[in-house]
Amino acid sequence: MSFGDFVLDNLRQFWELTGFANAEVGNFVMLAVGLFFIWLAIKKNFEPMLLVPIGFGILIGNVPFNTAAGLEVGIYEEGSVLNILYNGVSAGWYPPLIFLGIGAMTDFSALIANPKLMLIGAAAQFGIFGAYMVALAIGFAPDQAGAIAIIGGADGPTAIFLSSKLAPNLMGAIAVSAYSYMALVPVIQPPLMRLFTTKKERMIKMKPARAVSQNEKIVFPIVGMLLTCFVVPSGLPLLGMLFFGNLLRECGVTTRLAKTASNALTDIVTILLGMTVGASTQASQFLTPQTIFIFFLGFMAFIIASSSGVLFVKLFNLVLPKDKKINPLIGNAGVSAVPMSARISNNLGLEYDPSNYLLMHAMGPNVAGVIGSAVAAGVLLGFLA
Amino acid sequence: MKKSILTLALAAMCCTAAFAQGRSALRLNEVMVENDSSIVDEYGNHTGWIELFNSNFSPLEISSIYITNDKNDPKKYPVPLGDVNTKIAKRQHVVFYTDGEPNKGTFHTNFTLTPGQDNWIGIYDADGITLIDEVLVPAELVCDNTWARTEDGAGEWAVRTGGEDDYITPSSANIIKGTNPKIEEFATQDAHGWGMAVMAMAIVFSALLVLCLCFYAIGKIGAMVTRMNKARSQGLTRQEAKAENLVHDSGEEIAAIVMALHEHLNAHDTENTILTINKVKRAYSPWSSKIYNLRQVPELHHNRH
Repeated sequence: MSFGDFVLDNLRQFWELTGFANAEVGNFVMLAVGLFFIWLAIKKNFEPMLLVPIGFGILIGNVPFNTAAGLEVGIYEEGSVLNILYNGVSAGWYPPLIFLGIGAMTDFSALIANPKLMLIGAAAQFGIFGAYMVALAIGFAPDQAGAIAIIGGADGPTAIFLSSKLAPNLMGAIAVSAYSYMALVPVIQPPLMRLFTTKKERMIKMKPARAVSQNEKIVFPIVGMLLTCFVVPSGLPLLGMLFFGNLLRECGVTTRLAKTASNALTDIVTILLGMTVGASTQASQFLTPQTIFIFFLGFMAFIIASSSGVLFVKLFNLVLPKDKKINPLIGNAGVSAVPMSARISNNLGLEYDPSNYLLMHAMGPNVAGVIGSAVAAGVLLGFLA
Repeated sequence: MKKSILTLALAAMCCTAAFAQGRSALRLNEVMVENDSSIVDEYGNHTGWIELFNSNFSPLEISSIYITNDKNDPKKYPVPLGDVNTKIAKRQHVVFYTDGEPNKGTFHTNFTLTPGQDNWIGIYDADGITLIDEVLVPAELVCDNTWARTEDGAGEWAVRTGGEDDYITPSSANIIKGTNPKIEEFATQDAHGWGMAVMAMAIVFSALLVLCLCFYAIGKIGAMVTRMNKARSQGLTRQEAKAENLVHDSGEEIAAIVMALHEHLNAHDTENTILTINKVKRAYSPWSSKIYNLRQVPELHHNRH
């Protein structure tokens, strides 16, 4: 072999390893999706903390390479760095860590002061089981239907946790769908809230919540964890960590741990979770007809969840005394997109009465939605795993 | 002293928990006393065998446990140390050949099982005292049949003849499942999902309703305690307090009281007025030079309306 042939041969081999030589149309489609997510996050400020890591993860996951070369770079190649980071998603231990942070960030006072708001959080879970029924009708198997339906809980970590257990092959699509719709909550929910309420109902003023003592705040995570996990032990990883994080926050003697859980730890896990979920959407795995169905079902789930929360409040008002009526605009907050859906309740309330601040009232069902969706995930896992 | 006792107690609890999840989960799962046409060992011989099952949902290392067929000699066959294959994966099996030839390898015991008579088999933990599991294989067991659990690690023992419904399964599950029976059941019994929706929503509602009721009760108790404390601080009797209907102060009331106190006491922070300006010294080093080279992380500001 001449020196020239040697050089050309090596260059040809190198060319075969490049992304240009291995690119397929699907890769470019997914790269466009990734860029769209990044654009949404930066330009439109839609959930940037989630969409920037996911969007960039999609770019990382869809750079084409020669899978036969054994480079160990792909997220699905055992031993690769991305695969090691992806273990937190596939083995399901990132979501409980995020829940630890959520617990450490969340003030459950609104819920403790007005415990009946918990029932709104439960009612909004109709979205999950409504979507489950539609998924079955479309032709998904029960375990896949359960994994897809959890998108209706509007809780990304819960969706990832459950899909990693019930339908790992659909996890990328489910996670991206869940986070996309969470980002679109301000677009999806207000029309539904207007549709199902009258102007008079939207102007209902709720009594300010009573002050909650420190002891009650400390008792809440302990009793909450024990009660919910005794009912649904399969929700233990999520509920256990959620309430543990909240105890760190409220007990007053672990401020340092609570700060770490709610800041540094959550940030680290969010970065890793978002990036690896994005990277898991390799075109070959992601661009299937199933993905379209999953996005459709996710949309359905969000609509059913938001509507059922609002309708439940209207129903509940029929039995409540006149001075204790609940503004149905906080019903949408039963989905656990914290605090976005509570902010929407507040903004819509202010639109109809500039002195009607619903934020604190809406936070009650909002955090109850977090608990409710984790319980629902536990139920699905218990039934279908 | 108290702290030391507490630490010791915690350590003891951790040890107990670790032990509880350990080798106690090892199970005798299937036994063949006489083997004429079943599996062969790695030397091509037909011998009796004992199958162990790790019923844990985590791997289990079994080296240094004892397998025996003699109640008076619990340490008869120690499973050798240093073999990577003695780590059983979660919910998996391992087979020991009872050929009485331990020199053939880790999975060859130093005893044999005797056809035509009852064979007692036990497994002991590394202390040689703690019995982990035992089974009495009946004398009636014929050649090429096994004495096996109906379900891995649990259930009754029964004879397996190798037929269509009672297959012999060395090193694999006693019940071979092609699909998840739970999923199959839901697919056939609840094809439209109504059952799941009703059951699951009932559970979700119950869980949150129980929590709701519980916190109503806790709230009431809290309010009662507050009332009592308030009555005590104002020197009122229980009846007087009840008559005055003492309740929690609302957030607004507390804020108003604090503001009034602030105004009344003119409670400004006192600050000294000395301003000191120190020169910031930045000694050069290759590491700190980055400070001068990098710009600040840009921050995007959105106009919020």
